[in-house]
Amino acid sequence: MARVTELLVNGGRRRIDVDPDRTLLSVLRDDLDLTGAKFGCGEGQCAACTVLVEGVATKSCLTKVGAVEGKRIVTIEGLAPEGKLHPVQQAFLDADAMQCGYCTPGMILGAVSLLGRNPNPSEAEIVSGMNGHICRCGTYPRVVRAIHAAAGKGGRA
Amino acid sequence: MKRRDFFAILGGGIVVLLDDEIYAQETGSARRGGGAVPVQIGAWLHIGETGVVTVYTGKVEVGQNARTSLTQAVVEELHVPPASVEMVMGDTDLTPFDMGTFGSMTTPRMWPQIRRAAAAAREMLLDLAARKWSVDRATLAIADGKVSAGGRSAGFGELARGEKWTRTIPASVPLAEATEWKVAGKSLPKVNGRAIVTGAHKYTYDMKRPGMLHAKMLYPPQFGATLISLDASAAEAMPGVKVVHEGNFVAVAAPDPETAAKAAGVLKAQWKTVTAEADSHSVFQYFKQTAQGGAAANANLTPYTIAYIAHVPLEPRAALAEWEGDKVTVWTGSQRPFGVRSELAQAFGIPEEKARVIVPDTGSGYGGKHNGDAALEAARIAKAVGKPVKRNWTREEEMTWAYFRPGGLIEVAGKVAPDGAITEWEFHNYNSGGSGLQSPYSIPGKKEQFHQSKSPLRQGSYRGLAATANHFVRESYMDELAASVKLDPLAFRLKNAKDERLRNVIVAAADKFGWKARQKTAGRGFGIAAGFEKGGYVATCAEVSVDPKSGAVKVLRAVVAFECGAVVNPEHLRNQVEGAIVMGLGGALFEEIQFGEGKIANNRLSKYRVPRFADTPVIESVLLDRKDLVSAGAGETPIVGIAPAIGNAIFDAIGTRIRRLPLMA
Repeated sequence: MARVTELLVNGGRRRIDVDPDRTLLSVLRDDLDLTGAKFGCGEGQCAACTVLVEGVATKSCLTKVGAVEGKRIVTIEGLAPEGKLHPVQQAFLDADAMQCGYCTPGMILGAVSLLGRNPNPSEAEIVSGMNGHICRCGTYPRVVRAIHAAAGKGGRA
Repeated sequence: MKRRDFFAILGGGIVVLLDDEIYAQETGSARRGGGAVPVQIGAWLHIGETGVVTVYTGKVEVGQNARTSLTQAVVEELHVPPASVEMVMGDTDLTPFDMGTFGSMTTPRMWPQIRRAAAAAREMLLDLAARKWSVDRATLAIADGKVSAGGRSAGFGELARGEKWTRTIPASVPLAEATEWKVAGKSLPKVNGRAIVTGAHKYTYDMKRPGMLHAKMLYPPQFGATLISLDASAAEAMPGVKVVHEGNFVAVAAPDPETAAKAAGVLKAQWKTVTAEADSHSVFQYFKQTAQGGAAANANLTPYTIAYIAHVPLEPRAALAEWEGDKVTVWTGSQRPFGVRSELAQAFGIPEEKARVIVPDTGSGYGGKHNGDAALEAARIAKAVGKPVKRNWTREEEMTWAYFRPGGLIEVAGKVAPDGAITEWEFHNYNSGGSGLQSPYSIPGKKEQFHQSKSPLRQGSYRGLAATANHFVRESYMDELAASVKLDPLAFRLKNAKDERLRNVIVAAADKFGWKARQKTAGRGFGIAAGFEKGGYVATCAEVSVDPKSGAVKVLRAVVAFECGAVVNPEHLRNQVEGAIVMGLGGALFEEIQFGEGKIANNRLSKYRVPRFADTPVIESVLLDRKDLVSAGAGETPIVGIAPAIGNAIFDAIGTRIRRLPLMA
């Protein structure tokens, strides 16, 4: 397979030269230094590596970079490029929905994706929509609260 | 850093050193050979010419929000905006010695120290203003990073300009009572929250250095196996790959992680295996067989078992090491930066000042990141290859080669009078640990003993230590005793609890939960548990449903009453309480390390279940704010009540007493 030479990331074109079989997570982190996408398990169980591909939450540790060539990718670094926080980011701060923060970028992008397809989710819909994300510090109730609050303030991407 | 270096590095200003002789005595042995900072200094604070207040503490931030609470301590005493406070944490070259961030010690020990340092700095600023303006000190006001008098006003930076004033203060300076607090006791948001939500914060796992290589280890196929032979020729033939082989230590380093992983995959090693002495089924009897000084004489004890569990910090262990001549600098997520420094010094035969450990705010620890495994690996490989080296553990490595919360066998017996008073109590803990071993209830005849045993797995600290296991067994057995005299679990506890603080949390939790008004329905149960640990009192009530066919347990609601003295930051305290309940659910219900033949069978998240959104009950916390008592740490104790509360609720629901953790095994 031909090597991947360009990715559309955070509104820009980024030159790369990588094997298409490499994971999107490793290319983002190691080649583009976009380390907001975290490694947590490498098997799609924790969703710390979540990024948006065409607006949809995607586990970048299970995604081959060859599969996202030409698609629009947004990482946490690109969610609020102008310096003003996205409503979901602000809602996480307001709800104190983090402790160590390692899961937080993935959680926020997961929530943005959820609100994109369901702008006003019920609590049960938030729980099922976010259940793939692990927070070992146990901030789940606060994340639910943050997503509710962001939904009320137009948290769509 | 030596005292004379302060101003050379930081520029002019004022410095407060906090001389903590008691702390130095307590930890004296651990400090020998450190030498960089005067041994007795617990914390220090600098106000520079720009007005920035920089505080240096050996504590680290692992998600417990110490960075925020310690900032609050400065804001409280120095009347400065939080944004003007910079907290330098866990850097062995810059910060005073600290034993480590564990045991819920930051709030009771470091927090008042930093308040004292900030209070002294405030008085120095007032002295400076009085002298410069030739005014009576009593006419000065200090607020919002400024000192003012009449029409005059000056920022802290302006007052500190041109000064090189150091003051050393004792740790015994009295502090204002909690009832006088202005900023402490309120909810200051996480001070670096913005860096977290924007992804800007660099955890160790994210860090890079120029010219850095990525390393992979070749670990043995089982615990205790030793290397017989190694053929590294295929790996060495790969471009850019270097192989490090020293005895049993085998590693590869490569310019990128993929190449490192591939190179590790083509190493051909022969190992001499060993026969494991126990597996996850036989281990409980093994604990008893290997108990030092023998097992308990009483044959009429009720046994409970506690499984080994993993911490699963979402950021696996990681380290980045760089040598410059004979000095090594290591960035690593550790709860004991100075402990890691000692490990490095010992491993490489260098003085401690030739090893610098820097701990970036870390992707959690829960007691699991006390040692320097990743740091030692990275430093060793970096030394061998002559380049900076990154060592990021995978999840499987984290769940195999770190250490575990100890498993245990706990045996218990008790006698109760017809009126519900406990008259005898015997409690034996094998291997899991002595924390929280002693019953907080008033019992005339007690025998409580921890038996050290051999552990087939490497084991160590975990949030709350053995208090979780000991509370699970004690509070489960309390219900067994209550049932034996047909007493309500709440009434039985209040009958035997004489400690006022314990009674207060029990009553508060039961009231909030609606214990007395609870309605029994089929498949639903209610449980209560209480305890005391690390200066804090906790009572937890749980409501569960049990599926009649599958036996699956769902925790519907948890109410926690917690009292840890004067509350420093209510919102972050609630966050810790909720987090402890969620984390505790895993060990209570389903977390269990399965092992045999010296291997971990479930060392990945697809095989090891941790709590998720859907597992989370409604959690309500009641904080009993005791402004008349000193603040205790709060990151650990709230975890101890949830497992027994659930176990007791399951018994209430289906009449079955489950005497093991996890309950749903």
